[in-house]
Amino acid sequence: MLSKLGIKILGLCFGLTLIGLNLSARPITIVYWQYEFATKVRAIDELIKRFEAENPDIKVIHETFPYAAFAEKVAAAVPAGVGPHIVNLYYGWLPAWQRAGYLQPLPEEWFPAQEIESEFAPLVRAAKMNGQYWGLPTAVRTLALFYNIDLFEQNGIAKPPETWDELIDIAKKLTIWQDGTLVRAGFGMAPDGQDHHLVREVLIRQFGGTPYSEDYRQVLYNTPEGVRALKFYTDLALVHKIGEPDFPFPGVAGYYREGFNAGLIAMIVDGSFAIGTIQRGARFRWGVAELPRLTPDGERHNFASFWMHALTPRAQGAELEAACKFLKFITSPEAMELWLQMVGELPARLSLLNRPELLDDPIYGPFMRALPYSHATFFVDEARQRQIMIDAILRVIRAGVSPEASLATAAAEEQAVLDAFWGKR
Amino acid sequence: MLSLSRRRALWAYAFIFLPLLLFAFFRVYPLFQAFHLAFGRWHADPGQRTFVGLDNFRRLFGDPRFLQALRNMGLYMVLAVPGQVILGLALALVLNALPRGRGFFRAIYFLPYITPAVAISWAWSFMLSPHLGVVNRVLRWIGLPAQSFLTSPAQALPTVAAIVVWQFIGFHIVLFLAALANIPKELYEAARIDGASAWASFRYVTLPLINPTLVLSIVMATGSPTIGILQLFTQVLNLRFYDPGGPVGSTATIVLYMYQVGFKRFELGYASAIAVLLFIIIAVITLIQYKLTARRID
Repeated sequence: MLSKLGIKILGLCFGLTLIGLNLSARPITIVYWQYEFATKVRAIDELIKRFEAENPDIKVIHETFPYAAFAEKVAAAVPAGVGPHIVNLYYGWLPAWQRAGYLQPLPEEWFPAQEIESEFAPLVRAAKMNGQYWGLPTAVRTLALFYNIDLFEQNGIAKPPETWDELIDIAKKLTIWQDGTLVRAGFGMAPDGQDHHLVREVLIRQFGGTPYSEDYRQVLYNTPEGVRALKFYTDLALVHKIGEPDFPFPGVAGYYREGFNAGLIAMIVDGSFAIGTIQRGARFRWGVAELPRLTPDGERHNFASFWMHALTPRAQGAELEAACKFLKFITSPEAMELWLQMVGELPARLSLLNRPELLDDPIYGPFMRALPYSHATFFVDEARQRQIMIDAILRVIRAGVSPEASLATAAAEEQAVLDAFWGKR
Repeated sequence: MLSLSRRRALWAYAFIFLPLLLFAFFRVYPLFQAFHLAFGRWHADPGQRTFVGLDNFRRLFGDPRFLQALRNMGLYMVLAVPGQVILGLALALVLNALPRGRGFFRAIYFLPYITPAVAISWAWSFMLSPHLGVVNRVLRWIGLPAQSFLTSPAQALPTVAAIVVWQFIGFHIVLFLAALANIPKELYEAARIDGASAWASFRYVTLPLINPTLVLSIVMATGSPTIGILQLFTQVLNLRFYDPGGPVGSTATIVLYMYQVGFKRFELGYASAIAVLLFIIIAVITLIQYKLTARRID
C-alpha cells in the first residue's frame, strides 16, 4: 500500500511530467520586424506561412512600423530587451547599428562566410564588418532609367537614350517651359532621391574618377574628374534646363516618382523598388532602360543596394537557433523567387541572377544586367554621407557655388565623417 | 483627532500625490536619464555604455551641422516669435473691435492650430512649389516675380518661419482675446474722458493689463513643446520630406538634428547632449524673457 505521502509524491511527479511535456511541445516564438511596405509585408507573411508549415515547432510573429518610425522603435526596443529577434535594415545603417550594439554577427556554423561569398552577389559583402557577416538580403536593387513611352512616341523619339548626350537631347524635346515656369521636365532631377548615388557611383566613375579608396576609408572624388561629373549633373538644370531638383514639389516621399506617374516628368533614374509604384500609378505606357553612359562604347556603372535581415542580441539559445533557421529560409532560392514575383526586387543569389528570361525581361532586364557593373557604397554613416552629396549638388544649383568649391567642401566633410568612424574603432 | 482643515489638507496632498508620481515617472525621470546619457557613449547593452565626461558637449561645438542648426534657431526666433506675438495681438485687437462675427473669425484663425502639422506641411509644400504652386501663380497674376521659397537656401528659412506663424497665430489670438475681454470697459471710458488717444489708451490701459498674457504668449512662442519655435521639428521634417532641414541645411533645427543623430545614427549619448543643451538654452531664454517683459500691475 502506498502511503498518503507516496501518493502525493507520485501525483506531483506525474503533474511535473505533464507540464514538462507541455513545455517541450510549445513552439518557440521569434519576432521579425520590418518597415511597412505593402508588397514586402505580404511577401514575408507568405514566407512565414510556408516556414511554419515546415517547422511546426517555431512560431514567427511579424510586426511592421511606418518607415519614419521604424528606427525609433528599434532604438528603444532592443536596449529594453524586447522587440525583434530578426530585424530588416538598409545595408548602409549596418556600421551605426553594429557599433551601438543593436546587432549580433551571424553564427559562422549557420552562415559560413565562404558559402555566402560563393553563392551571393558580390555586393552583399557590404554586410561584412570586422571579418564577420551581420546580415543577409533576400533581394538586391540597382538603378535604371524609367521613361514615358507615350511621350516619346508623340514626339517622334524611337528609343531610350544610350548616352548622356542623347538623354539631354531627348529631354530638351520633352521639356516645356511656359513664362519662366517649368510645366514638364524632360528629366526628373532628385539629388535627395537616387541622384546622389548617380553622381557618387556612376557619373564620377564614368568621367574617369574614383569616388573612394577600395576600402571606402578615403574620399577620392575631389579631382578634376569628380568636378566634371558634378558639373555635368548640375548643368542639366543650370545650362540645359531639362529639369530641376524638388520638381514638382518636395513635400512627399518619392516626389519625382509621383511627378513621373503624373506625366509631369518624362524620364527619371530610380531603383527596381520603384517598379511596383510606377506599375500602379502610371496611366501611360512606360519602359525601363539601362543607365546611359558617356559614349556609345563608354564604361557602364551603377549603384546597387539591399535591405538585409539581421539578428539582434535578443536572439539567444533556442531562439537564436530558430531565428537562424528562419533567416536561412527567407534567404533561400525559393524565398527569392517568391520575392521577385511579389515585390519585384532582384534575387540576391548568383544562381538565380543569370537566367535568360530575367536578363531579357523588358522591365527587370535592365536592372538585372546592371548588377555585374554595380557598386554598393560602403557607408559608415549613411544619413550623413547621403546629406553631404545632396548638399554638394544643391550648393551648385541653388546657391551658385562652383562645382570645384562645392565638391571640395563635400570631400572634406565626408573625410571627417570617415575618419571619425574609423578612428573610433 | 485631526482638525477639519488639517484633514482637508491631507486629502488634497493625497490627491496631488498620484499625479505627481506619474509626472515624476514620465517627465522628471526621463529628464534625469537624458542628463545621465549625455555624459556617456551609447550602447544597446547598458553594461557596455562608457562614461565619456564632457566629450559629447565638446564635440557639439566643433560640429558644423549642429552650429548651423544653432544659428538657424536664432534666425527662426527673431522672425517667428515677434511674428506670432505682434501679429496675434494686432489681429486680436481688430477682432475685439468687431461688433459681430468675432467667433467666426476666431474659429478661422484657430483652424490651422488644430490641423495636424504633417498635413499642413504637405499642403504648403505643394502650394509653394516654384513652378506648379498656387502662390507663385497668384504672385505672377498681380505682377510680382515668382519666388523659389522652400527650394532656395536664402528663402527657405523665412518661408518656414512664415508657415509657423500662420499655423500658430490662432493660438495667440485666442489668448489675447480672452485677456482683452477681461479689461473693464470703465477704464477705457475713463481714459477717453481724460482725453487719451487710441494709442495712449492701448499703451497705458491695454498693454499693462494684458501683460501676464503677453508674457505667456512670448514664452510659449519661444520654447513650449507644442508651438515653441526652439522645438520646431515636424514642419521642417515634412516640408522637404527627402531632404529635411534643407536645402543645404538652411532650415535645419536643433530638434531635427537631435532626431537625426539619435535615430538615424543611433548615437543616443550625443543626441542626449544636444537635448540637455537645448534644455539649458530654453531655460535661459525663458528666464531672460520673463525678466524683460513681466510687469507688476498696479
